[in-house]
Amino acid sequence: MAHFTKATSVKDWLNQRLAIDKVEKVMMSEYWIPKNINFLWAMGMVLVITFALLLVSGIFLLMYYQPNVDTAFYSVNYTIMRDVDFGWLWRHVHGVAASVVFLIIYIHMFTGIYYGSYKKGRELIWVSGMLLFVAFSAEAFSGYMLPWGQMSYWAGMVITNLFSGGSLHADGLVEWIRGDYVPAQAFLTRFFMLHVLLIPLAILGLIGLHFGALRIPHVNNQEGEEIDFDKEAKKYLAGDKAGSKVMRFANDFMSKDMMVVGIYLIFFFYLVFWNYGFAMDAVNFDPADGLKTPAHIYPEWYFLWSYEILRPFSIDIGLIAFAFAQVIFVLLPWLDRSPNTVPANRRGLFAIWFWVMLVNLIVLTAMGKLPPEGIFSQIGFVSAILFIVQWLMLPFITMFEKKV
Amino acid sequence: MKNKEPLILAVVVIFSLITYYLVEPYAHHVMHKHVESEHFAYADLPALDKTGDATRGQELVVGAGACTGCHSIEVAGMPAAMEPQMAAASYGVNPPDLSNAGVVYDEKFLAQLIKNPAHALKVEHKFTEESGKMHPMAQFFGAGGDIDQEAADMVAYLKSIALKAEEVTPKIAFENACGRCHAMSYENWTQMGEKPSFKDKKDELAFDIKVLEYQDSLKAYMGKLPPDLSMYIRSRGEHFVSTLMENPQSQLEGTAMPRVGVTAEMAEKVIEHMKDSGDTKRAERESVGMNVMIYIIIFAIFALLWKKQVWRDLH
Repeated sequence: MAHFTKATSVKDWLNQRLAIDKVEKVMMSEYWIPKNINFLWAMGMVLVITFALLLVSGIFLLMYYQPNVDTAFYSVNYTIMRDVDFGWLWRHVHGVAASVVFLIIYIHMFTGIYYGSYKKGRELIWVSGMLLFVAFSAEAFSGYMLPWGQMSYWAGMVITNLFSGGSLHADGLVEWIRGDYVPAQAFLTRFFMLHVLLIPLAILGLIGLHFGALRIPHVNNQEGEEIDFDKEAKKYLAGDKAGSKVMRFANDFMSKDMMVVGIYLIFFFYLVFWNYGFAMDAVNFDPADGLKTPAHIYPEWYFLWSYEILRPFSIDIGLIAFAFAQVIFVLLPWLDRSPNTVPANRRGLFAIWFWVMLVNLIVLTAMGKLPPEGIFSQIGFVSAILFIVQWLMLPFITMFEKKV
Repeated sequence: MKNKEPLILAVVVIFSLITYYLVEPYAHHVMHKHVESEHFAYADLPALDKTGDATRGQELVVGAGACTGCHSIEVAGMPAAMEPQMAAASYGVNPPDLSNAGVVYDEKFLAQLIKNPAHALKVEHKFTEESGKMHPMAQFFGAGGDIDQEAADMVAYLKSIALKAEEVTPKIAFENACGRCHAMSYENWTQMGEKPSFKDKKDELAFDIKVLEYQDSLKAYMGKLPPDLSMYIRSRGEHFVSTLMENPQSQLEGTAMPRVGVTAEMAEKVIEHMKDSGDTKRAERESVGMNVMIYIIIFAIFALLWKKQVWRDLH
C-alpha cells in the first residue's frame, strides 16, 4: 500500500488519493494545443455542450414520457407540452439540439477532412469520431420513434424494412428487429431502451475513446506543421508564452472555446424559441396511423444524403450503394494514400475532390428531401454515382500527390 | 499571419444556409401546393343586395322557411328536439343550433346556404344525380315572394339574435364552425359538445357510447371520421388551416369537408382556439425566449472578454 501522511488540506488529502494535481496537468494545464488554429477547432467543445444540453433535457423529458403506443403521443404533446411547467422548453431544446448536433458534427468532420487531421497517428481519432457519428445516428433515429407520430411510425417502418436486404427477403430479420410484423408496442419499447440506455452508454464510452485518442498525437493545426510539443511546452513554461508555438488547453484554449460556445448558444437558442420548425417535422404532430401513409416520407435532414444514395437505384443496387456510403468515411485514413498532412488547398487534386464532395453531399441532401420525380430524380442519380466514383478515385488521386 | 477566420466563418455560414434553404423552404414549396388566401371574400357567391327585415325573417325562420324543423335556436327559447347522436343518425351530422349563425358565418354565404346548401358548402360533387343522394339540408324554394328578399330577411333575423362579433370567444367560434364534425380531445371537446366530468363511471360510459354512436353516423355521412383537431395547428400550420376553412376543395380536391363559410374575423378566432389547444405556451415561449437571449448574450460578452484577457499574453 502507498504511504499516506496526515493531510494538510482538502486538496492535499485528495492529491494523496486521486493525484488530482497530476490529472489536472494531463487533462488541462499541460495538455498542449498549437496556437495556429482557428475557431473550427472549438467544434469539439461545442459538441460537448450540445451533448450536455441533450442529456439534461432528455433527463427531464424522461420523467414524463410514457413508452406505450396508446399514451406516447399524448404524454409528449399533452403532458409535456401543456401540463408540465417548462416541459415545452425541454422538448424544444431536445428536438433542436438533436438536429443542430448533426450540423456541428458535419462541420467538425469536414474540418478534419480539409486539414488532414486523420493522418499519421491520428487515425484512431478519425475512426472513433466516425463511430460516434454512427452512434449519434442510431440515437437520433431511436429518439425519433418515441413521440409515436406519423413520421415516427413510417420512418420506423421504412428504415427497419431496409434490413430485409432487398432480394434476400430476410423478413425474419426485420420481424426480429421490430419484435412484431409491424412497428408496434415491442418496437416502441425496445427503441425507448436503446434511446435512453444502450446507445447513450455507447456514446459516453466512445467520447472517452475519442478524447483519449487525441491526447498523444495532439490536435492538428491550420498549416499541418509538425510541432515538437515537448520543446515548445518548455518554452511556454519558462515564461516565453508569446514565443512558444503552443498554449495550455485550460485556460488558454478553453477561453476561446467558451467564446465560440457563447456565440453558438445565441444561435442555438434563437432556433429553440423562434425557428424550431426545421427540427420538429409538422407531420409528426399527427398521431401514428398504420392505415394512413403520409404523402411524403423523408428522414430528418442529416440522413437525407445517404437516403438519396439508396433511392435512385433498384432495390439491391441501392442497398449496396447505401451500405457503401455508411462505411466508406471510416476508411478515409487508408484510402487517402498521400503522406501530406496539410490543408486541402495545398494538395492539388485533393482540393478539388474535397469541394466537389462537400457540394455533392449538399446536392444529395436536397434531392433526398425533394420528391423523386423528373429532374430531381435525375440529379439525385447523377449525384449518387458521383459520390461513389469520388471515393473509388480517392486512392489514385492521392497516390500521385507531390510531397509538400 | 493573415487572419482567416472571417473567411472560414463565411464559408461555414453560406454552406449551412444553402443546405437549410434547399431542405426547408424550397423542398416544402415543391412538396406542398401553395394556396393563396382569398381573405374570406367568397367572390363566387352573389352579393347580398337586398336589405333584410329581421321581423319578417323571424316569421320565415319559424314558419314557411321551416328552419326550426331541424335546427334549434336556444337563444330564442327553441331547444333541440333530439339528442345530438339521434340527430346525427337522422341527418348524418347534428344540424347546428342557429343562435350565433348570424355572427359566425358570412351573410352572403348564409343567404346562399338557405337557397342552395350543396352549392354554398361546395359539396355538389357528393350530391350528384348519379349518386342519388340529397344534401340533408333541404333547399328553400321561397315562400311566395322574392326569394332573395326572403333569404335576406332570414339572414337579418339570424344576425339580430346572435352575439356581437366582439363577444364571440375563440371557443364559441370553433364550436360553431368545426365542433360538430371534429373532436378536440385536448380541450375536452367531442362532436356532441364538451364532455362533462362524471362522478359515476356508468354515466361516463353511457356518454362515451353516445359519442361513438354519433361518430358512426358521421363516419357513414362523411366517408371517414373527421380528424381530432387538438394538434392541427402544429401538424398543418396556420396558413393551411385558414385556407382549408375558406375553401376545402382548394387544398384537398374532392374532400367531403364542406366549405365552412365563416367571416375573416371568425376564422381568426377559430385559429386562436386551435392555438389554445395545440400551442398553449406561445406567450411563455416569447417571454422566456427573450430572457434566455439576454442571459446568453451577457454570457457571450463575458466569454469574449475572458478570451481577450487570456490571449493578451499569448501573442
